[in-house]
Amino acid sequence: MRGWFFSENAYHLLPDPKEYDSIRVKLPNRYYDPKIGADLYHRFIDEWMIAEEMGLEIMVNEHHQTATNLNPGGPIVMGVLARETRKARLLILGNPIANRREPVRVAEEMAMVDVYSRGRLECGFVRGVPYEMSAGNHRPTKMMERFWEAHDLIVKAWTSHDGPFNWEGKYFHHRQVNIWPRPYQEPHPPIWITALSPSSAREVGARGYIVACFLTGFDGTKAVYDAYRGRRAELQLPAAALDRFAYAALVYTGETDEEGYAGARKLMWYLESNKVPPQFTSPPGYHPITNAVSAMRGNNPGIFKMFQNPTLDGLMEHGLVFAGNPDSVYRQIKKMYDHVGGFGHLLMMSQAGFLEHDETVKGMTMFSREVYPRLKELTAR
Amino acid sequence: MIVRGVQLEVVERGQGPPILWLHGEEGLDPHAPFIDLLAATGRVTAPSHPGFGHSPESGSVDTVDDLAYLYLDLLADQNQRGVTVIGSSLGGWIAAEMAVRSIERIGALVLVAPLGIKVGDRETRDIPDIFALHPDEVTRLQYHDPARFAVDYAKRSDDELTVIARNREATALYAWEPYFHNPKLPQRLHRVTVPTLFVWGAQDRFVSATYYGAAYRAAIPGAQLELIDGAGHFPHLEQPEAVVELVRGFARDRRA
Repeated sequence: MRGWFFSENAYHLLPDPKEYDSIRVKLPNRYYDPKIGADLYHRFIDEWMIAEEMGLEIMVNEHHQTATNLNPGGPIVMGVLARETRKARLLILGNPIANRREPVRVAEEMAMVDVYSRGRLECGFVRGVPYEMSAGNHRPTKMMERFWEAHDLIVKAWTSHDGPFNWEGKYFHHRQVNIWPRPYQEPHPPIWITALSPSSAREVGARGYIVACFLTGFDGTKAVYDAYRGRRAELQLPAAALDRFAYAALVYTGETDEEGYAGARKLMWYLESNKVPPQFTSPPGYHPITNAVSAMRGNNPGIFKMFQNPTLDGLMEHGLVFAGNPDSVYRQIKKMYDHVGGFGHLLMMSQAGFLEHDETVKGMTMFSREVYPRLKELTAR
Repeated sequence: MIVRGVQLEVVERGQGPPILWLHGEEGLDPHAPFIDLLAATGRVTAPSHPGFGHSPESGSVDTVDDLAYLYLDLLADQNQRGVTVIGSSLGGWIAAEMAVRSIERIGALVLVAPLGIKVGDRETRDIPDIFALHPDEVTRLQYHDPARFAVDYAKRSDDELTVIARNREATALYAWEPYFHNPKLPQRLHRVTVPTLFVWGAQDRFVSATYYGAAYRAAIPGAQLELIDGAGHFPHLEQPEAVVELVRGFARDRRA
């Protein structure tokens, strides 16, 4: 098992939520103080480097026009980390390639990070959450068609070494593709793809990439992993190893259960502050029609259900939060692991909201010293 | 109906001179009084655009440009001539795009609060961003009497909700970017040399007759603009009789 330390780099010093109707897309940036923001950026980079010292791997993501995440340019912070770190694997999960106008630019940026880091890049591609549509003016319809065309172009750009090739696709045109640098890793960096539904997991399974589930809980995660494994069986491909499966949760390990829960409650800021009106959670075409109909009947699509008035007990019961003393955290992770048929990567959101630097480091320390060795042992069996 | 391989749900009603009705973002409601009232004046053909209503999505039709050619092909397949093409909002945009391409089969154009052009500069929001507004606010902007048109989702069948969801999705497909307009359309509108009537809700808070409608009308030589009181952006839903009366009068004037 590999443990990945992940932080959304949020800007948490916000007005009372009664004063705004959306934390995403339209919250005025006058609420952001760049001087505080600079301190936060440096603090978060320090925390990633401490994670490396503790033997953890590093995960970065990207969002736009939101206080929940101040990394609108994921590749930029990846560049910083590629230079500042020496041994951790560097995962960006990920590049929202259905939304990028220039996939070749993504191929270039990722190749740069891979070379800078001497081959430590793990390259994630994501569809992007629904709130990104208005934030980036991205059309929410036919996104997966765009996603896979962008993916095909990026992989071809990484793996072509004999001068320019031509690309005149449905969504992207680039007649002279010949990137410099090319990736450090051969044939290219490992590819990760986020899947929240079984249908998207089938596509990822067919290609044998690492599939990552975010806060999908026991049954949602099992459905995704089963679809991945089932698709490979259908295609008579070799069964996937554990390292093809990743699960992301909020994780806080304390010396006692009470300390662990207290840390987890602070992490819940990420869910509690996610105040977003329906036009941004359900842009037309983003969700399948049946989900859109269900949303009109008042049922929140998928993971958003858990975001409504979350309680720590509820989140722990559903496997969205792993928290407590080391034994408790191990037991909770093991329960998820057994339920879904195993996974090889635990993506840990272990900093959010008002969780201070010292508290973040404490949680990480407890995890890496007391829980991580047992998880490694579990997957080594 | 199948037009060049594209399958369409079509309402065909009435007898007399041919009328093509092109719905807008609101979709086609076959039970709305407007269609029957219109069918009392002629032979109405009213398709649901691909992706709207019960018309399947089409792999080959995903722009307003495609829709304009699709309906020119429909008129050609049926060998219709002198057709009055009427369109609302997005449908008005499609009708204008048809007419700049060919008026061979079009006798007249009725544009009911059509979209399709950009009037102001790059920082002027001519058309409110329906994809970034709360659904209740969109209803408030688009109807004179929003309370009458607020959808009570709990009382709608799955089929009705599916149609609403499909209409929204198809609207995003056709109108996302450039947002509800074709930058090239204004310079082509001089080609619309058939009689053209603009119909606008006097209380249209979405795109106003005085700003947007006036600019649109000025781009089409000889076009008239009529206001309908007690109506917002979809006058055929709020004041169907008044819209049909204007259409009837417009036809009478042309015969005279």
